[in-house]
Amino acid sequence: MRTPIAYFLVLSAILFAIGSVAVLVRPNALRIFMGVELQLNAVNLTLVAFSRMHLELDGQILAFFSMVVAAAEVVVGLAIIVAVFRRTATTDVDRASVLRG
Amino acid sequence: MIDVIWLAVALPLVASGANMLAGKRFGGRGAGHRSGWVATAAMTASFVVALGALLQLLSLPAEERTQVVTVAEWIRAGAVSVSFDLRVDPLSITMALVVTGVGSLIHLYAIGYMEHDARPWRFFGYTNLFCAFMLALVLADDFLLLYLGWEGVGLCSYLLIGFWSDRPEAASAAKKAFITTRIGDVALMLGLFVMFMHFGSFEFDTVLGHEGALPEIATGTATAISLLLLGGAVGKSAQLPLHVWLPDAMAGPTPVSALIHAATMVTAGVYLVVRSHALFEVSEVALTVVAIVGISGALYGGLASIGQYDMKRALAYSTMSQLGFMFLAAGLGFYPIAIALLVAHAFYKALLFLASGNVMHGLDDEIDVRRLGGLRLDMPWTAALFAAGALSLSGLPPFSGFFTKDAILEVASHDGVVWAYVLGSLAALVSAWYIARLFFQAFMGERRYQGHAHEAPALMRIPLVVLAAGGLFAGIVLAFTPEGRLATFLEPTLGHIEEGHAGPSTATLIAISVAVTLAGIGIAWRLYRPANEARWTSFPEREPGMSAVLGRAFYVDALYGFVVGTIGLRAGEALSRFDRTVVDGAVNGIGRLTTWASGLAPVWQSGRARRYALSFLAGGAALLLFMVVRI
Repeated sequence: MRTPIAYFLVLSAILFAIGSVAVLVRPNALRIFMGVELQLNAVNLTLVAFSRMHLELDGQILAFFSMVVAAAEVVVGLAIIVAVFRRTATTDVDRASVLRG
Repeated sequence: MIDVIWLAVALPLVASGANMLAGKRFGGRGAGHRSGWVATAAMTASFVVALGALLQLLSLPAEERTQVVTVAEWIRAGAVSVSFDLRVDPLSITMALVVTGVGSLIHLYAIGYMEHDARPWRFFGYTNLFCAFMLALVLADDFLLLYLGWEGVGLCSYLLIGFWSDRPEAASAAKKAFITTRIGDVALMLGLFVMFMHFGSFEFDTVLGHEGALPEIATGTATAISLLLLGGAVGKSAQLPLHVWLPDAMAGPTPVSALIHAATMVTAGVYLVVRSHALFEVSEVALTVVAIVGISGALYGGLASIGQYDMKRALAYSTMSQLGFMFLAAGLGFYPIAIALLVAHAFYKALLFLASGNVMHGLDDEIDVRRLGGLRLDMPWTAALFAAGALSLSGLPPFSGFFTKDAILEVASHDGVVWAYVLGSLAALVSAWYIARLFFQAFMGERRYQGHAHEAPALMRIPLVVLAAGGLFAGIVLAFTPEGRLATFLEPTLGHIEEGHAGPSTATLIAISVAVTLAGIGIAWRLYRPANEARWTSFPEREPGMSAVLGRAFYVDALYGFVVGTIGLRAGEALSRFDRTVVDGAVNGIGRLTTWASGLAPVWQSGRARRYALSFLAGGAALLLFMVVRI
């Protein structure tokens, strides 16, 4: 008896929602980052679940790509956060709003 | 010479260009400045060309005396093709001879008159340009080229009235002339539009019909075109109600008054009516309107002239009156007599203007008759020449006015047009009155001016002698009877005058006309003889009622001033308020709205990462929702 696909999707949705809330409500840049990672992984879980359902490997391959891109993104994102921290001595993203119109 | 008739137009044009571009370098001082001689030579050469064309025309049989010379193609646009055609026929060559002949004499005179001017080349450049346009007007074979000349002479009139542009009254008179005649020009232009809509052509032969055939056109359309053409003629020829510019135009140099505002340009209106008489004849109404405009102009101008103390203004109103006679003749269908009067008038009115120019030249620009008087003592030549002009104008036999102006009355009486005869005789009485008055006031009695008036130099007398000869005897030579030489010559173009046999006999009419003229002169003598000097030299202090009305020319100027200056200004102010509040309000309101709305946009672009994230999320959710709903 296979685990029904709905379980995976519900879990993925819960993870995505938690990640979204973390991104939206937390001012700290690092926590936002963690929220973003959570969202990415929720999506990865969805991909893998569908891949398993269809018995194809495409989804899993895409999940790997996604992880690699996420790792690269973390490198760039952390570098930016460090640069901002050096300049403003804070990780509060609301303080870094000089690009407003 | 007919083949090279374009030279008549080209020569003044070239001389004008030379004078305007390089006249300053022609050299010479005062009357010796070569720009004036260049201009006069060009005009004389043009006259010779026209004279040659006349002689060649006379050698042809009467029915072949309409020659069209194509100079160049002018406009080609779709079905419209207008070529630069010049028409040599008895009417156009008569006009061309007047323009070039009187024009040459006035140019010659102007050399002397403008000797003290700082920039004579500019003056002669303009006058030559004027003559070129005027010749294009009279020699044109289609209405479009005629219109080109028409506007061109208007422009030159503007430039020359305002020639002394440092005088405010000259500058404003120039503007007044230009704008007032423009009102008429718009009517003329509309007339040409209607004409083109109907005929699809501007050519005389198409529009006016040829070889006696009347144009094929409904009466109503003919009336519309004719009245619009008449509107243009009224503006150009200073007839009621567009006459107000002519007296003010006297602010220009006197040769200009003689050339443009007496002999040539103002007669363009008469020429236009006479030229398009076929259209006017189809519409009986238009012809009657022409006659009414004419007789009212003749009376109004004559009466207004009586009240003027400025000699040139008096002569300007007299010109209006004489043009009125020409319109009357044209309106009654006596086209050859209208042209005969036009020719004679060109001579004697140019003479009168130039004689008054001599007075101004000799007396430091004094022109008010109250401060003249006794000029015959210091300026016998000028006095004699002015008297010759006055005699010609007043209509005493055997001088020109009698054979032309009184011919109109005679034919009118024979045709049984009693109102024209009676009112015309009244206008003739007034004519003799005003011109005799000027002579008595300015030249008779004792000197009322300071200093010594010096007689004009020979250069300014010789052209006048020629003009005087023309003025005195043009009538007897050209128009001894209403069917005289000029009328016979013009017959191929203007047709034959059918004289009726109503009313009193010719001899009685002549006696009446002489009596009327003598009565006019008698009234003038009674009122203005030197013994009565005190009654009118002190008018500024106590101007009696009637004289004030005449002097202000029945307050027409004041009426226009009130309509335009007061009512027009008020309406303009009201419209301006409307513009500022409603129109500008709407425009500025839209501007303010845009500014306010664009102020809202930055709220969106807050620079806060989490709001952007929320936007992402909301957008993504909306997209998903949309896809779900669509499926």
